[in-house]
Amino acid sequence: MIDLASAEPGAVVATYSTEPITRHALAVYAGASGDYNPIHVDIDFARGAGMPDVFAQGMLVMGYLGRFVNLVSTPDRLREFSTRFLAITQVGDAITCTARLIRTEQVDGETRARLELLARNQAGDLKLKGEAIVAI
Amino acid sequence: MIDRALIGTVFPVVTVEVSPSRIALFARSIGDDNPIYHDEAAARRAGYRGIPVPPTYPFALQMDRPDPWELIRILNVKLENMLHAEQRFVYRAPIVAGDRVALTEQVAEIYEKKNGALVFCRCHAEGRLADGTLAVELDRTLVVRRDP
Repeated sequence: MIDLASAEPGAVVATYSTEPITRHALAVYAGASGDYNPIHVDIDFARGAGMPDVFAQGMLVMGYLGRFVNLVSTPDRLREFSTRFLAITQVGDAITCTARLIRTEQVDGETRARLELLARNQAGDLKLKGEAIVAI
Repeated sequence: MIDRALIGTVFPVVTVEVSPSRIALFARSIGDDNPIYHDEAAARRAGYRGIPVPPTYPFALQMDRPDPWELIRILNVKLENMLHAEQRFVYRAPIVAGDRVALTEQVAEIYEKKNGALVFCRCHAEGRLADGTLAVELDRTLVVRRDP
């Protein structure tokens, strides 16, 4: 595991990729998360709404992005985690997540690392841009 | 048009029990095979009082409301015209399997962009453990395309 305390600002502290997203993965996430919005699992509904196909739940991709925490720390040391959803993630997209150290800071008597989190597809298109704060 | 008078609208409080099988399924669905999400002994060895929830799991707790689309109805928009624009979690205390989490949520902000073509609605939620401890704060921002 990378040592956040000794990492330099700008350093990539975690990077990993997912398999291409399948319709099956969307159905499993719908059931696991309780988000039954049909636009992610029912192609008839998606087409009726003017979309060419179902597409990934944003929160599925944020879930992928959140896996960084076990690569650099532990979930109990995560203080904040936020993201903007910049573009729709399509079926077939393989997501690469990257966590980069922005800086460390002292807050509430602890040292915290502020990280930039990016999720891109195989073409390099940015899908999610987030931040996390982890206590060191 | 979404009425700004809806700011402050409070949703009914809902209490959700966190189950270990649901955590395991959720972790699998996001491809996280870390043993702390699947094995109580591993979680305890790692210092947790039970199987912890993955970072984005509190959003799934919110979906366990009896009517998860209440917001859509209140805003009077079509589900298919709505997208998730932003999501933020602030973690105050760990949530583990077996906890009962009471969720409160209210409409915090409504604003427009692109001359009103896009309307944003941010809802702020808090999850508290049975003893009243604030465990997590959630802000979900939805964006609605207004019908042309």
